[in-house]
Amino acid sequence: MSAPLIADADHPVPLLDVQSLGVEFQTRSGTVRAIQDVSLSVRRGETVGVVGESGSGKSVLFYSVLGILDAAGRVTGGRAVFGGLDLTAASPSELAELRGREAAMIFQNPRAALNPIRKVGRQIEDVLARHTSTPSAQLRARAIEALAAVRIPDPERRYHAYPFELSGGLCQRVMIALSLACSPSLLIADEPTTGLDVTTQAAVMDLIRELATRRRMATVLITHDLGLAADYCDRIVVMHAGHVVETAPTAQLFAKPRHPYTARLVATTPHGAQSLSALAAIPGNLPDLRRADLPNCRFSERCDRKEAACVSEPLTTTEFEAGHRVACRRPL
Amino acid sequence: MTASSTLLAVEGVRKLFPLGRGGVLDRLRGRRVPLLHAVDGVDFRIGAGESVGLVGESGCGKSTLVRLITRTLDPTEGAIRFDGEDLARIPARQFASAPQRPGIQMVFQDPTDSLNPRHTSRDAIAEPLRRLAGLSGRALAERVEEAAAQVQLPEALLGRYPHQLSGGQKARVGIARAIALRPRLLVLDEPTAALDVSVQAVILHLLADLKTRLGMSYLFVSHDLDVVRLLCDRVLVMYLGRIVEEGPAGELFALPRHPYTRALLSAIPGQAGAGAQRIRLEGDPVSPVDPDPKRCRFLGRCPEGEAACASASPVLLECGPGHRAACLRLPPPGGAG
Repeated sequence: MSAPLIADADHPVPLLDVQSLGVEFQTRSGTVRAIQDVSLSVRRGETVGVVGESGSGKSVLFYSVLGILDAAGRVTGGRAVFGGLDLTAASPSELAELRGREAAMIFQNPRAALNPIRKVGRQIEDVLARHTSTPSAQLRARAIEALAAVRIPDPERRYHAYPFELSGGLCQRVMIALSLACSPSLLIADEPTTGLDVTTQAAVMDLIRELATRRRMATVLITHDLGLAADYCDRIVVMHAGHVVETAPTAQLFAKPRHPYTARLVATTPHGAQSLSALAAIPGNLPDLRRADLPNCRFSERCDRKEAACVSEPLTTTEFEAGHRVACRRPL
Repeated sequence: MTASSTLLAVEGVRKLFPLGRGGVLDRLRGRRVPLLHAVDGVDFRIGAGESVGLVGESGCGKSTLVRLITRTLDPTEGAIRFDGEDLARIPARQFASAPQRPGIQMVFQDPTDSLNPRHTSRDAIAEPLRRLAGLSGRALAERVEEAAAQVQLPEALLGRYPHQLSGGQKARVGIARAIALRPRLLVLDEPTAALDVSVQAVILHLLADLKTRLGMSYLFVSHDLDVVRLLCDRVLVMYLGRIVEEGPAGELFALPRHPYTRALLSAIPGQAGAGAQRIRLEGDPVSPVDPDPKRCRFLGRCPEGEAACASASPVLLECGPGHRAACLRLPPPGGAG
């Protein structure tokens, strides 16, 4: 029926291909250059992790790809090609058609993302009615199926529940059911397990991975938990202050991080640290992206390996091994 | 931590919430109002200068226990001895003006939500000093600056409002406010959950440093087990209102005895490469409303449950030095482990 996963992963054309994307926000205190020259690609059946501190532009990047940027935001350059369609040039109606059906997003806070005064089953029906040709007589059955697919116990009863009646883990599952109801080919999961217990987190992540494998979805996992990314991603993209600083297959990134920021990020993660003293901190903060005099390497002010050229010369990207790219003049 | 004197002793504490008031008819018919067993017979101690971690899933009663200890909620039964004195006898309404009140302080989960947006950092830190220590004027200003210095919050930031501060700075304000009264017990409810990993590392170092310098005890509530492992001397694992395992942090993490603790530890992300077999818990916890007293509450989700677990509720038994677990399947004390 379909080609095996491996063939998909090797397919020459990625499902989502972002090239040199730039995004700016106009604010009263100046222009925020939130994303600059970002390139990344996601293939069918592949899970790509996007990691970085808050404010590094992880969410904004994918909001701009899906055309749900805040009104103050603007794509300043580059392209985001999804299955042959350039999303940055697509009309709002084309994007609206695509969102929910072909590309779905799981938002950070399910309680805020769900409609508080509509039954969860109804909310799934809304998506099905909008994006699929499901006859209205079958909507209810399909919504219950969608709830059952994410292993919500007793889906017939939960169909009638309002979000406030469900626990955080169940709300998150409803959110996933909603995103997956139309079998999208691209799933963007933005911190899908923040605020959940470790046990629930494991269950939710296992579920996303299982559905992704079964439906050969391309999955993007946005997270600041490196441990989570290590467990569930094939490749990891590290972002810092609106730049992609390093991209590598997961095992390679952890075995040999090349960018000083990645190395520091790995060292701040409590998992695996033997004692508190082994837990290093990253000095400084993200630079203010409104500044006119931003250095070319936006990490240079926090970096102990910086040299004059890091500030004055354009950022260069080096490919070490296949698929391991680092945007640094003095990589580790 | 062996010979340290006990600062806090929680003894047989229970908190049962009645669900609904039960109408007149119900009472006439002798029908009981269902009770939610939020905290159901908890015993533990915190030594002076000791830091104890409290872990468990949401809904296990961690927050209720914290509210009982900080005395914003009255226990149904049991004693909460702080420095030898039973605080459970002071009604929650009167505790705010009790002399013991400044001795227990709390750091809340989300530094953004727990700070008044219309108060500057200085106001936030001064508030408890003004109310509970009765300070004002020069003395108040000095104590505020001292607390700010202790958490390494630059004085220039004291005039700022929460929206003008970064997450890490807000966390520092929350900690400064709690330590300003020089408490002996600091209760920290997920103090780093809202922070980035890089900031989290800095705040954890600060907390460890403050504990040694000021000689406080910590009750550290978290569901980030890695953080608990790094910061705590001893760990309590809670499941549905009860403590199911307690032990020295190093030993509990290396050799967990209760199946629930094992499942919790194996759910920590970042272990896929370690070759460890994941333990996955199926289903939801049993309802905390009128649970069967003669049945292990973990049964149903427990990967190791057996028939005997349905007819006997396990109690905490010694399974190592300072290490106790409540599971019927554990070998009896003294037996080969």
